[in-house]
Formats: sequence, C-alpha cells, structure tokens
Amino acid sequence: MTEIIVVTSGKGGVGKTTTSASLACGLARTGKRVAVIDFDIGLRNLDLIMGCERRVVYDFVNVINGDCTLKQALIKDKRIDTLFVLAASQTRDKDALTAEGVRKVLDELIADGFDFILCDSPAGIEKGAHLAMYYADRAVVVVNPEVSSVRDSDRILGLLASKTERAEKGGTKVREHLLLTRYSPTRVAAGEMLSIADVKDILGLDVIGVIPESPQVLSASNAGTPVIMMDESDAAAAYGDAVARLLGDESLPMRFIDEPKKGFFARVFGG
Amino acid sequence: MGLLDFFRTTSPSANLAKERLRIIVQQERGSRGAPDYLPTLRRELLEVIRKYVNVDSEAVQVNYEREEGQEVLELSVALPVKAR
Ligand SMILES: Nc1ncnc2c1ncn2[C@@H]1O[C@H](COP(=O)(O)OP(=O)(O)OP(=O)(O)O)[C@@H](O)[C@H]1O
Ligand SMILES: [Mg+2]
Repeated sequence: MTEIIVVTSGKGGVGKTTTSASLACGLARTGKRVAVIDFDIGLRNLDLIMGCERRVVYDFVNVINGDCTLKQALIKDKRIDTLFVLAASQTRDKDALTAEGVRKVLDELIADGFDFILCDSPAGIEKGAHLAMYYADRAVVVVNPEVSSVRDSDRILGLLASKTERAEKGGTKVREHLLLTRYSPTRVAAGEMLSIADVKDILGLDVIGVIPESPQVLSASNAGTPVIMMDESDAAAAYGDAVARLLGDESLPMRFIDEPKKGFFARVFGG
Repeated sequence: MGLLDFFRTTSPSANLAKERLRIIVQQERGSRGAPDYLPTLRRELLEVIRKYVNVDSEAVQVNYEREEGQEVLELSVALPVKAR
C-alpha cells in the first residue's frame, strides 16, 4: 500500500520544503521506500535542500510530457538507499502540470511499490498547490505560530475537505495533521507567541510535531543536508519524533516545547 | 519573572493574536461555500446605511451559515454610540 502525503500550508516560506525533505529522509531511514516530489514548478528548491541539485537531468514535467521515463528522472539519494527525489521543472509555463499527468506519475510510483510519496506543495492556493493535494491520502499542514500562517492553514484545511479527489468522490476524507514549526518556547512563555494549545484550539486539530526555531535549519540547507540528518540538533530530534508519529506511534511526548531552564542569575535579572 | 521583567511595559501580544484568529477563523469557516455576492452585498448595504447614519466600515457584518440544510444570512449593523 502506497500512502500519498502532501506537505502544504497556504502561506509561503513557513517551512514546507524543509519539512518535506526531513520527513522523506526520516521515513526512508526506517527502510520504507520513499519518493519526494517537488510541485513548485518554476521555483525548484527541494533539490537544493536535499543536496542533489547537480544531479538533476530530467524533472517532473519531463516525465509528464514523456521526454524521459520516470526511472531516468528519479534521483536516488546518496545517503539513504530507499529515498528518491523528483525535481520540479524550471519552466515558466503554469499549465505544465495537469491532473492527468500527475495521476500518471503517481500511478507509476505506486506500481513500482513505493511505500510513501511525499508531495512538497508550492505556496498559495493556485494550481500547483491544488494538484499537490488533489490525490493525497494524508496531509501535513505546516504552520508557524503567527496569525497569517494560522489563518492560511485553516483555508488549506477547508480545501483539503472540499477540493481533493477524496472529498469529491465522497470516500474517507484526507487525514489531516498539523506540524507547528519555528516554535520558540521562550517567546511563548513571554506571551509573545501563540502557544501549541492556542493553535490546536483555533484549528481544532492535533499536532503531529513541534519543530523549534533552530539555527541548524540554515546550516543544514547551506550543506544540502536535510536537517533531520544533523546530529545533536533539536530540530532533527523533533522531526524524528514527527516521523515516528506519522508511522503511528501515539505515545511519544512532545519535546523542546518548554523554556530552557534558567540559572539563578538569569532568574533574578531576567533575560 | 526576573527583576528586569518587572519594568518591561509591553503587554503580551499572543492573547491578542489568539482572539483575532478565533473570530476570523470562525467567520471564514461559516462562510465556506457561501454565495459569491456576499462581499458586494455588504458593500452596497454599507452605502445605503451611510445615507442615514455615518457608520464605520466594521459596523456592517454579513454572516452566512448553513445548518441542517437551512441557509441563514445574518446581517448585523452596529450603530455608533452618539446616534442612539
Ligand atoms: N525550524 C526552523 N528554524 C529556523 N528556520 C527555519 C525553520 N524552518 C524553516 N526555516 C527557514 O524558513 C525559510 C523557509 O523555509 P522553506 O523553504 O522550507 O519554506 P517553504 O514553506 O517551503 O517556502 P515556499 O513557500 O517558498 O516553498 C528557510 O530560510 C528556512 O531555513
Ligand atoms: Mg518550498
């Protein structure tokens, strides 16, 4: 059974690509066969975050147009044997992606026996975002603890419930998960940032992971290594937990959600 | 809380964010699948009402809800305090 998971958000720049790359690595690390597809046509990014940009020969649109086979376009990850990347095309043609084309590629990946297909959605609610979510079985809605991001997430939840194949055919609905990222426990404690409970409360959905704001995300992207692969990083551990929850572990407590303990000096003088 | 926090005057803004979101999200959820003419209806209502009372643009709210197959259009107009 293949599961198709869309990583989406509505708002741009909240961490979809960072999340797609890390979840894909995390799932593949457990031995699952994983393909991660960049749906951000015209603005490809995932190959950079995955560190395979120099190995892109054919892309998603090439496969759809029949310029090459899917096998030729899938880039095998150098770190994990069971992980493959399908890069976005750099074309400026907005109509390069079609529902039939996307279906064809997904069907081929399913026939090939992939366990997971991750779809890294572009920002917005236009065609690319629509096609990225259309065939999904599950959705990871990436949200920052910030008003515009939360509002956009709610709009995306509305689209998942109405504009997907599952919604249109009236079968079981897309399973939705929230992933809260760029979370700063210190700012939450100071009352400057929405808390996990606030976001859960407003959106009425449980969170599958909370990723702290972390300088390691930038160094990981500089190196072309998904952050989940960085040792001794809180963000890596938090993504690892999210992967375990995606795979069904419901007992894991959330980590990195409390303010770091302060010493005596800091407690007296603030900080 | 440290001594320095005591002197900080900015009040926490997360609560404000939460309240604003609660309202907007509730409103947007209610109006999903609502007819497209609602924004125009609201604008025109506002114009008509302004012929009589000078209300603020926030004062006219149009809410659409669907409950058990029934469609309800709720209009609310808040009059300015002075006009009453
Ligand atoms: N946990 C985090 N801590 C710090 N920075 C982060 C974190 N997650 C993401 N970022 C930063 O946020 C920026 C946007 O991330 P990313 O490209 O993953 O977002 P996106 O949602 O895919 O954007 P787009 O909508 O453009 O596709 C990047 O600079 C990334 O390094
Ligand atoms: Mg992206």
